[in-house]
Amino acid sequence: MSNQAVTMPRKTRGPWAVAFAKLATDGAAMASLAVFLLIVLACLSAPLYAKWAGVDPFASTLDAVIQIDGADVPVMEQSTEGLGLGYTPLGPTWRLGNYFLGADSQGRDVMARMLYGGLSSLLISGAATIFTLILGTAAGLIAGYFGGVTDTVLSRFLDILWAFPIYLLAISLSIVTIAHGITIGPIQIESGSLWLPVIIIGIVYVPYVARPIRGQVLALRKSEFVLAAINLGVPGWRILWRDILPNVTTTLIVFVPLMMALNMLTESALSFLSIGVQPPAASWGTIIQDGQALLYTRPLVALVPGLAIAVSVMALNVFGDGLRDALDPRSKVRLGRD
Amino acid sequence: MKKLLLAATAAALLAGTWLAPAQAEYLKEHRGGTIRLLARSAAGTLDPHINYTDQGWQMYQPIYDGLVAFRKAEGMDGFTIVPDLAEALPQVSNDGKTFTFKLRKGIKFSSGQDLGVKDVVASFQRIFKVSGPTSGTFYAGIVGADKCLADTKSCTLEGGVVGDEAAGTITINITKPDAELLYKLALPHAVVLPADTPAEDMGSKPIPSTGAYTISAFDPNKGMTVSRNPNFKQWSEEAQPDGYPDVVQYDFGLSEEAAVTAIQNGEADWMFDALPSDRLGELGSKSMDQLHISPLSAWWYAPLNNRLAPFDNEKARQAVAYAIDRNTLVKLFGGKVLASPVCQVLPPDFPGHEDYCPFTKNPGAKWSAPDLDKAKQLVEDSGTKGQKVTIIVEDTAISRSIGVYLQSVLTSIGYVADVKPISSNIQFTYIQNTNNKVQMSVTQWYKDYPAASDFLNILFSCASFREGSDASINIAGFCDKEIDAKMQKALDLGVTDQKAADKMWAEIDRQVTDKAPAVGLFTPKRLDFVSKRLGNFKFNRQFNWMITQSWVQ
Repeated sequence: MSNQAVTMPRKTRGPWAVAFAKLATDGAAMASLAVFLLIVLACLSAPLYAKWAGVDPFASTLDAVIQIDGADVPVMEQSTEGLGLGYTPLGPTWRLGNYFLGADSQGRDVMARMLYGGLSSLLISGAATIFTLILGTAAGLIAGYFGGVTDTVLSRFLDILWAFPIYLLAISLSIVTIAHGITIGPIQIESGSLWLPVIIIGIVYVPYVARPIRGQVLALRKSEFVLAAINLGVPGWRILWRDILPNVTTTLIVFVPLMMALNMLTESALSFLSIGVQPPAASWGTIIQDGQALLYTRPLVALVPGLAIAVSVMALNVFGDGLRDALDPRSKVRLGRD
Repeated sequence: MKKLLLAATAAALLAGTWLAPAQAEYLKEHRGGTIRLLARSAAGTLDPHINYTDQGWQMYQPIYDGLVAFRKAEGMDGFTIVPDLAEALPQVSNDGKTFTFKLRKGIKFSSGQDLGVKDVVASFQRIFKVSGPTSGTFYAGIVGADKCLADTKSCTLEGGVVGDEAAGTITINITKPDAELLYKLALPHAVVLPADTPAEDMGSKPIPSTGAYTISAFDPNKGMTVSRNPNFKQWSEEAQPDGYPDVVQYDFGLSEEAAVTAIQNGEADWMFDALPSDRLGELGSKSMDQLHISPLSAWWYAPLNNRLAPFDNEKARQAVAYAIDRNTLVKLFGGKVLASPVCQVLPPDFPGHEDYCPFTKNPGAKWSAPDLDKAKQLVEDSGTKGQKVTIIVEDTAISRSIGVYLQSVLTSIGYVADVKPISSNIQFTYIQNTNNKVQMSVTQWYKDYPAASDFLNILFSCASFREGSDASINIAGFCDKEIDAKMQKALDLGVTDQKAADKMWAEIDRQVTDKAPAVGLFTPKRLDFVSKRLGNFKFNRQFNWMITQSWVQ
């Protein structure tokens, strides 16, 4: 019996574990993720907050009176000086559950609307991201793999989408669909539905995903393992699903936070222009719009949602950069037109 | 009686002799300088035969003249018709179907051309040649108008507007008596322009004018300069008075917030647009002396589509009328100083107006409080509970907030409501077109001239409803043959007995209100914010602030 110790082969970590370990060491990315998760959690608590505070963030409550330190305070205060013109909404009370951020021009609790608004913004940007990734990936995979006429047709279609300024395209689609919704065969999406901005935003960003994916697929199409599979007679869809898609997954994962940030900005812009989320529903964009008429007396109504958008988008971008560094060290993925 | 008349004449003469030097003295003391006005944007085309905006009509007052004019006076006096380019009010003959005007002599256009009968005739033809927006309504009763409407380019109004150069008269023949004809002739759409003015929309090109001022420069993106007409000699103080400033500089492009600041800083004298709601409190307390609140003959209302569910049901419409808290709407508009709750169509102090409000907690003359129980009961009775309603509003802060409030109200009485703000540029035509299937909307109506028919007949007559048209001003699609016939009777009666006609209009107002084709929300007031240096602010009920009757030095 040998007394020599048996040396077991060292277990090496897989590429995912390496990437996540690398991500975990990126302080800025992890801090951004924490900030974003905090915002998500806060927004998810919107119904609970509204219930606890006893407010309806969607109904006009111009005659509401609240209690502050035992005193009755109207939510909308009429000017008593001079000619007595105009009403000013209640300012921030800084008391959670009691008009913490004050009221808007309809006498609604801004804090409750902020949380509900965040929920809408996150849901729309998240769902639009999934929509974009599915459509963009499918277009990129098919165009890159099948090439020829398929590639030409798909690429020209993407070029057409790409040719329009994003906001102009989104605004045009929104204006067309805002009054009557969309009806495609048996599927009907009503005009007030949150699915409308999801689909519109999802569509306008498809080229942003499809183009880089197509580029990667073109390269992968010529790789030995794909050529081998083709020569063995493996069907095209199977090669796409089993061999090519796994190889572009990291790119897609990197896209998620970056696209979500972009979608959140677009959603806010559309809602600010009254062609995204429709009143009385809230999104951060609609709250900024509501606050625009109160900039002089209650600037926080517009500033807070603006800040929330800025922080969320920054957190997503910083996290997205960290994720890209971890998963795609060659940093090929860049959002933008250049 | 004779003595009384003599005394009255003497008093009038004394007043005249006492007032005349004062006016002249004021002119001497304050004449000159530049009044600086601000607006977010220009009012569209400069062509007075086409422009149909409050902003344009206000600016035209010291610039253009018609045969008759609304008196340039404060308050209700501003609703009086006075002769302008005509020497006197017309002689009416042929059972009220012929109006003969004698043209004043010696009046020149700003271009130096003499005003003549041919200019008047050509101007009436031009109303049709440029397809003026009211050619098919206000002026459709002129003999020959039907041919002009069918073929605008070769319009002659033969037999309708006849000029006699030698006698200096213009005779207007109409197909049937019209008690409101003089009002229509006093509007900017019937001003007299030089006969050689091209028969096309002049857009940004100023047209020579007869008034005290003329447009000397215009850039729709920058501004408009209005300066004294070098050929103007005052012929009638009440029709076209001389003005105080030498120049009116109207700049476009500043936001409302920036305009308020400019006026506060003395960089501008007045702004056309409504004051931003978040500045009202501050201005109402710190700049009281610079604010002028004036009544308007206007109506904010919510048309309910009488031809679409659920509002094809009268009970459903009445339910909405009962449920709306007008005080809340007044609050949204800036408070009781700036608006008053209403239930009926005709605005206060308007011909035919008699206080009436059936849709309130204690029905009677005035609105007191919403009656939600009654509203809910009516919704139940109508069998429309749970139906979907979409409210289309303008994409402005005030309209949006009214829409959101109405959505809350509809939800509270059992409907599934949502609100859609759409661009102000298209909302008014969008809600008129039946193809868009608008169930409920929020809009406003400002009088063209002081007659009950301008609200009731225009907004609720069967003839004002046009299926599939962007110009179907009967937005509710209301058509009641009985009420229609009564409106026609009231129009006819007005030719001989205006007081009796107004009584009839009051009854029609009640009948229309009862059927609730639209819900009256409130009557707005005009709030003008002027600079500290601006003096002699005078508000005319027909065309608002009389710009050139104020001075800046």
